[in-house]
Amino acid sequence: MSSSQQQETDVLINEQGYDDHFHEHHHGDKYQSNFITHYIFSQDHKIIARQFLVTGIFWAIIGASMSIIFRLQLGFPDDSMAWLKPILGKWITINDAGHGALNPEFYYALVTMHGTIIVFFVLTAGLSGTFANLLIPYQLGARDMASPFLNMLSYWFFFLASVVMFISLFLSTGPFAGGWTAYPPLSALPEASSGSGAGMTLWLVSLTFFVVSVLLGGINYVTTVLNLRTKGMNLWRMPLTVWALLVTAILGILSFPVLVSGFFLLIFDRGMGTSFYLSEIFVNGAAMQNVGGSPILYQHLFWFLGHPEVYIIILPAMGLTSEVLSVHARKPIFGYKAMVYSILAIGFLSFIVWAHHMFMSGVNPFISNFFVVFTLIIAVPSAVKVFNWISTLYKGNIRFTSAMLFAIGFVSMFISGGLTGIFLGNSAIDIQLHDTYFVVAHFHIVMGIAAFFGMFAGVYHWFPRMYGRFMNETLGRIHFWMTIVGAYAIFWPMHYMGMAGVPRRYYRFDTFDAFGHFGGLNEFITIAAIITFSAQLLFVFNFFYSIWYGKKMTTKNPWGATTLEWTTPIKAGHGNWPGKLPTVHRWAYDYSKEGADKDFIQQHLPLTDKEKAEEANH
Amino acid sequence: MNTDTTDIKHTDHDTTANGSWEGAAFPFKVGYGKLMIWYFLLSDAFTFAGFLIAYGTLRFSMPSWPVPDYVFSTFPFLEGHHPLLFVTFMTFVLLFSSFTMIRAVQEGHRENRRGVAIWMGLTIIGGLGFLGCQAWEWTTLIGGEHMSLTTNPFGTHTESGVYLNTDGTPSEETFHAGSTYLIHRMHLADAHEVADAHESDHGASHEVAGAEAHDAGHEDAHGGHSYAGAGDYPDAIVDERGYIHRKFIPSEGENAGKTIHEAFGPKAFGALFFFITGFHGFHVFSGVAFLLIILINVLSGLYVARKNGNEMVEKIGLYWHFVDLVWVFVFLVFYLL
Repeated sequence: MSSSQQQETDVLINEQGYDDHFHEHHHGDKYQSNFITHYIFSQDHKIIARQFLVTGIFWAIIGASMSIIFRLQLGFPDDSMAWLKPILGKWITINDAGHGALNPEFYYALVTMHGTIIVFFVLTAGLSGTFANLLIPYQLGARDMASPFLNMLSYWFFFLASVVMFISLFLSTGPFAGGWTAYPPLSALPEASSGSGAGMTLWLVSLTFFVVSVLLGGINYVTTVLNLRTKGMNLWRMPLTVWALLVTAILGILSFPVLVSGFFLLIFDRGMGTSFYLSEIFVNGAAMQNVGGSPILYQHLFWFLGHPEVYIIILPAMGLTSEVLSVHARKPIFGYKAMVYSILAIGFLSFIVWAHHMFMSGVNPFISNFFVVFTLIIAVPSAVKVFNWISTLYKGNIRFTSAMLFAIGFVSMFISGGLTGIFLGNSAIDIQLHDTYFVVAHFHIVMGIAAFFGMFAGVYHWFPRMYGRFMNETLGRIHFWMTIVGAYAIFWPMHYMGMAGVPRRYYRFDTFDAFGHFGGLNEFITIAAIITFSAQLLFVFNFFYSIWYGKKMTTKNPWGATTLEWTTPIKAGHGNWPGKLPTVHRWAYDYSKEGADKDFIQQHLPLTDKEKAEEANH
Repeated sequence: MNTDTTDIKHTDHDTTANGSWEGAAFPFKVGYGKLMIWYFLLSDAFTFAGFLIAYGTLRFSMPSWPVPDYVFSTFPFLEGHHPLLFVTFMTFVLLFSSFTMIRAVQEGHRENRRGVAIWMGLTIIGGLGFLGCQAWEWTTLIGGEHMSLTTNPFGTHTESGVYLNTDGTPSEETFHAGSTYLIHRMHLADAHEVADAHESDHGASHEVAGAEAHDAGHEDAHGGHSYAGAGDYPDAIVDERGYIHRKFIPSEGENAGKTIHEAFGPKAFGALFFFITGFHGFHVFSGVAFLLIILINVLSGLYVARKNGNEMVEKIGLYWHFVDLVWVFVFLVFYLL
């Protein structure tokens, strides 16, 4: 966009914008007056978004490094890990011959922490925390969140949760090691394993803080979407990002409290001697006093969160992908309303499928039928979305930017991982596949890699909006190709291992006759994982390098997008728009419209006479 | 209006706007604060729902469950059984505080600061009254009847039968399937004697009972359950914690004709009771604390200065009614069903 056009935009907002009397009440923004209130205890949604993103990147590096360590164990179980001794300390035991072995207890801790960190800290806080904060006020034409103060608290509760979890990594007994789902009795009896004591206590404290963060954030996001839309921004003019983030926030508000119920009962079982989840358990040959509890009860309470949680992870990625695909294909998103209804349908269905995680835990097979049916029905709105994304690309004027590549990669991953979900959703096939590498492959592709792809697409696309500079495109493309090839190389073979019955969470497989012949495949997966991990370091370098040395953003709307965040000044202050707020006249996807002089029409541009006539005809 | 940037939202939209969905208006005609309270209450409702579902799951996995009419039958300063009388009183106090809260909100709309303060003060008194009642109830259950998070002395017979006389023969005292009993506990000092007796003479429960004969006629500490020392039931078994398990003979079922003794009720009963009513009580306590803070703000004239019609009073009112509503469900599952 040329500078004359930019001026046009400013004039337009000034003349036709919505006057909320912002300036009458703001004599300068004192929240930018010093370093602490601007960069640390900031109440500005833009800064909080960056805080979530950087904290998420920090955790992603830790979580991914853990996976590299346990992949080394699985790929090369006989090789010495003595070289990791400086990092892992006593968790590497070195024998007389100088051979270093990973402590099996710590292997479980690594697997557990990898899951907890990636699911909660990276793909919940790092993904929806970042983009809900960045995009909801920007794209709705709001000055900030409904309650900037609670929004700040939301980040700091996440930070507190992070600190507690980080401390638990350094406990002498190790962090919690009973799986990221924290099933009792491993999580309920402090004496059950070395990580079940202090490690589990800190895990619970950390995640309780985390839930507080999610609730403060979620309540804020929903309220902002309902109350703070600018003039003309009705619900059907909202970009799909905002729709996705809205439903994500609703899922969080309704599902995390139930996890809290489960956690509080668990805390009582751990500390107060109750038996909510415990019954007739023997530890070291001695019978425990606990009778009458039900471990399945915990699983129900956990998965009532746990299943919506996977949609809390994937919905923001879907929203970001929809937006990026449409902008860089220069086409309106195909089937906008169908996309919205699919998001709503997925959100609703996500609450009535949780027990498909528990087919093998002894629930009534007739109840399983109910969950099978609804699980398979989720394929319908998911498929609607996939077809719409592909149709959006069809005959588009595609610009293969890094953001676009990752958005297309998201669609690929979502299809691959989604199809295996149809297998796993059948309770009969699940008897064979449950707790095998098939499951590992499924959820890593469909909600791990896919969500990361959506996040990468979002970061590359909105990086200029966040930092006023661009990320390096060449590095971005290398990052994309290494990641998509690497990710498939890691997880595709796992499907075959899973179908052969190789169970997840095992320390080594070469000692089993049935699984020994997968040794070569395991080595291959580990090497692929290391290469993919190194590509992520490339991203991290690109990210931090570009913050300070990236190509500067010189125009407000570098991608030629229609949404409101690209009408603000390049360095937007607290309050986003310096004068009036833009008034919205059209939906978010007027790309390549017939008769228009450009291939996009921004949302705040009034309808032309011809458009008005067309609208009247409808 | 103050110049604080945190008040950006007040400038964003006209609070008197109509309920339009076209943007620049509050579609539900309420500001952000009240909306947030509603969403918070929604999430809190899900937490309580989680607890109550846990309650249902555990209760229906048990072979028996104590009858609330028997368990909750004490009343301060009154002798004898008064089923659910005290909890009715408690519930009335709490629901009445909801009524006073409504009046406080109403006076708030009328900008009547004095009226708001009076009715909020009454609400606080109601909340404290409820908490006091709960404290008494817990004290009776824990101190008097020795129920705890891990022990539930309220058992329930699963078949009809008859208790035994001192000499081991069937007595006049019969019971029916489903009737609840309380396993009494001796005083701690007596319990020690019992433990000693156990050590010196293994399995001689008669000996034990004999040693406790002086406990006979011990005065009841609590009105509801006619308490008796071990001496009243020389045939009973006293366990190492001092609980007195009476012996009886069921007249039906697989143990028909055999002499067996009273067993503890399902542990989950005590655990769930203290956990859920405690969690609810904590909500009431927090509510009272917030009511106090807001009462101080009302008296200081803060809300008059803000010209938002005592909206904070309305928000705490929403919370307070929610806590009452939760109590209705807690009351239903623990006391009525």
